[in-house]
Amino acid sequence: MYTNGYIFRYAAIMVIVAAALLSLAAVLLKPFQDRNMAIEKMGGILASAEVEGVETDNTIELFNKYVVEELVVDKDGNGDPYTDGKMEDGPAFKINMKKELYKENKGEAYQLPIYIVNKDGETIYVLPLRGVGLWGPVWGNIALKEDFNTVAGVTFGHKGETPGLGAEITTDGFCNQFKDKEIFDDAGNFVSIKVKKGGVQSMPQNMQIHGVDAISGGTITSDAVSDMINDVLLAYLPYIQKQRAQ
Amino acid sequence: MSTEIKEREPLFSPKNMKLLTTPLNLSNPITVQVLGICSALAVTAKLMPAIVMSISVLVVMAASNVVISLLRNGIPPRIRIIVQLVVIATMVILVDQVLKAFVYDVSKQLSVFVGLIITNCIIMGRLEAFAMANKPWPAFLDGIGNAMGYGIILIIIAFFRELLGSGTIFDFRVIPQGAYDFGYVNNGLMILPPMALITVGVIIWIQRYYTRELIEEN
Repeated sequence: MYTNGYIFRYAAIMVIVAAALLSLAAVLLKPFQDRNMAIEKMGGILASAEVEGVETDNTIELFNKYVVEELVVDKDGNGDPYTDGKMEDGPAFKINMKKELYKENKGEAYQLPIYIVNKDGETIYVLPLRGVGLWGPVWGNIALKEDFNTVAGVTFGHKGETPGLGAEITTDGFCNQFKDKEIFDDAGNFVSIKVKKGGVQSMPQNMQIHGVDAISGGTITSDAVSDMINDVLLAYLPYIQKQRAQ
Repeated sequence: MSTEIKEREPLFSPKNMKLLTTPLNLSNPITVQVLGICSALAVTAKLMPAIVMSISVLVVMAASNVVISLLRNGIPPRIRIIVQLVVIATMVILVDQVLKAFVYDVSKQLSVFVGLIITNCIIMGRLEAFAMANKPWPAFLDGIGNAMGYGIILIIIAFFRELLGSGTIFDFRVIPQGAYDFGYVNNGLMILPPMALITVGVIIWIQRYYTRELIEEN
């Protein structure tokens, strides 16, 4: 028979060993994990601008090559450019989207990043996105062409959407639908892009340029993507409107 | 006084091999013991996640079986379940952290499954039923065997769900466009969890048809 004292000692030592092991692993592996995340972020920005040949090994190099300018935009639509030095060290790259969008939601001043990619002479504006999915955060990038209306490409990521259903938002099949869609209607009003349950065909003819098909079985994630694009683009709208007016 | 030295059992004796092979069929964790059903439903819409999940369960199961087997003589019976849970949870978090640091792409694919491993009742079941009473090597084999029995069923379900539900295998289109032009439609129901249960049912049916030992007397 084990005494109560033994049981307490056993449990105490066990949790201390487990805690020490886990903290050690977390501290030692943190730099590697942060680096992976930064690389993933860069890869997403490049992928949404349709830069080809991006691999894990050359992401940083390509990021510094293709991203020619970073902007920090505020709620009045003014952009603060950053062009010199390494793009990965720029102020825009360090912005925490979650915090800034929270500020925007509360009506406070906020700062959002824009990455300007020069792809073979073509200028593409990449806007990071962030929103709330079914099980956790979803995020992504939307790349706009010079007219600030036509979508050049998108990428999405997620923390824990349902595999095979909501998680399909990361696939090429879903993302490619966004290409050449428009975020403004002919009258110049902002309409965003809807992820439409039931398919684009179920939308009115003149709205089809602003819609993509949702994922079967992933309705809540699809709606989340739709809301994310709308909400975040609204936060960027002052800047976009200013650029379009010029 | 007996000078007889206990003969060492060979590593892959018939008894040990049995630990590896019976979970594949006669005591399969999913189709016979009906454990781990929730993850079998959750991760089998596509083949790739099912395979990655199977491999992760294999690693966690083998490792925690060995750890519990090494500790088995010191674990106070009254808190044994807690000890088992701590071991599994620690193992799963370690695996997750290592994956995130060194094979980030794989870890992204796993996403929530890693957390799901902790709640996989097959692992707790094997620790409680086998590792608590056996030496590390048989416990290791038992872990591998059961994880394989689990993985095989997962992969079979995922194969049919992906083929019939999305018309793809490993995201590679296998059903020709001509079939779609002719009026073939992917079965959207296959993507949804209920069809995983029905697929499990069909597998159990087929397995029982071929394995007479599993059929009850009356």
